[in-house]
Amino acid sequence: MTAFLQQLVNGLSLGSIYALIALGYTMVYGIIKLINFAHGDIYMLGAYCAFLITTYCGLGFIPALLISMVFCGVVGVLIERIAYKPLRHATRITALITAIGVSYVLEYATQYIMGSEVRTYPKLLTSASFHLGPVTITMQQVYIFVITVILMIVLQFIVQKTKMGRAMRAVSVDEDAARLMGIDVDKTISFTFLLGSALAGVAGVLVGIYYNSINPLMGMTPGLKAFIAAVFGGIGSIPGAMIGGLFIGIAETMVTAYGSSLYKDAIVYIILILILILKPAGLLGKNVREKV
Amino acid sequence: MKTILNVKNLTKNFGGLCAVSNVSMTINEGELIGLIGPNGAGKTTLFNLLTGVYEPSSGLIELMDQNKSIQIGGLKPYKITNLGVARTFQNIRLFKSMTVLENVKVAMHKNIRYGTLAAILRLPTYYKEEKWVEEKAEELLKEVGLYSLRNELATNLPYGKQRRLEIARALAIQPKILYLDEPAAGMNPQETKELTELIDHIREKYKLTVILIEHDMSLVMKICERIYVLNYGKMIANGTPEEIKQNEFVVKAYLGEEI
Repeated sequence: MTAFLQQLVNGLSLGSIYALIALGYTMVYGIIKLINFAHGDIYMLGAYCAFLITTYCGLGFIPALLISMVFCGVVGVLIERIAYKPLRHATRITALITAIGVSYVLEYATQYIMGSEVRTYPKLLTSASFHLGPVTITMQQVYIFVITVILMIVLQFIVQKTKMGRAMRAVSVDEDAARLMGIDVDKTISFTFLLGSALAGVAGVLVGIYYNSINPLMGMTPGLKAFIAAVFGGIGSIPGAMIGGLFIGIAETMVTAYGSSLYKDAIVYIILILILILKPAGLLGKNVREKV
Repeated sequence: MKTILNVKNLTKNFGGLCAVSNVSMTINEGELIGLIGPNGAGKTTLFNLLTGVYEPSSGLIELMDQNKSIQIGGLKPYKITNLGVARTFQNIRLFKSMTVLENVKVAMHKNIRYGTLAAILRLPTYYKEEKWVEEKAEELLKEVGLYSLRNELATNLPYGKQRRLEIARALAIQPKILYLDEPAAGMNPQETKELTELIDHIREKYKLTVILIEHDMSLVMKICERIYVLNYGKMIANGTPEEIKQNEFVVKAYLGEEI
């Protein structure tokens, strides 16, 4: 039982990070029906940005986190403007392939500029830990979990209760009608990329701190897993992405602990296959039927 | 009377098809104008040009804004909307997965000033403006008789009520000009009668200029002050309802020519 609780704690912190990335996938899909495969690399850029700031400018955790968020947000908006906007009325597959291209550009540009070696992350947060009964919880895990929960509440608030959120939801239902209601659709889409990418940036910083090492290709696997988390929760649904992220994180840790770490990636893909067979719309997704 | 909208030689081609050809109209402030014509005459295309959905192939659309004339042909739709031009749609286009109240709030976008940061930090401006939006939206829903349904999803409303919600949503833009694209389509006589009263009422109350496309001739003849008639993309007549009824071109367009 102790081991189980311990793994649950570990799984929650990993899952929080997946959830943060999954939110970006789901929001972008919700608004322009694009799976932004470059999203995992934005997360990598977030990790590198904070790495540079803390290593070379000597800033602490909070400023590094904020600057990374802004940096990733801006990069996300630029990517949308340069790569996706011209293709908005093209077939969906065109934008999808472009997203894969953007992903490679980000990975290898980073490799070119920063070198391909693994970098060691500076110690930004205390590595202290405390005991809750038999379970050991590190302060880093607490930070990860608390930051994620706060960001999710803020995001949910923005989407449900503010004018920007209303505009985002309106654009996601009917872009043309939204435009005729006085909404600047381009600005709203940019705003969505800004939010999603900033969250991915946070995830990057947190992972850098948690695992202590970063490299230019670090975004690939977590990016894919977060995508699966978004599909699991129902792509386009924000609460779905949160639940999906936590579920995938916990499943992965449990398999590592009780099965074999060899299968920790496999389990995630098995979940994807199962969800696509059993409930293709995802846990909270709506089953949309095409009207004939 | 003051002119509010001046359309000069407006033309729209789709490839070889001329959907709207050399159309000119002058609309005065506060008028209630009917736009009629057989199916496929180009009425909705004309609305789409006037609201910025399509860019004109040629011609001018001038909107008077505080004694200034603004060329709106080819402007982006949201910019035209923000100059005080609102519309409803022939095939209802509500934000279906949002509530009735939210549908109205969405259209108030341009009148809300607070920024994202103010919202996240929940500054007083956020609360003040959201409160104003809420009150204003509720007031508009009362106006069209949907207040009690404000928390329903738009998609769950019956057809006639969805049309009314579209009108409330358009009013939330605080328009000077309101385009109604077949507002009475699919309504029974009772609903049409109520709608006619509603149009009259909101026009009076909000000092609107209304231009409506409608196939229900009894409605058009009853409330419109002037009528424009389109056929095959050309404006074939305009005048008071009485004049239009007598006009031989209009009769031909609707009933066909004698052989």
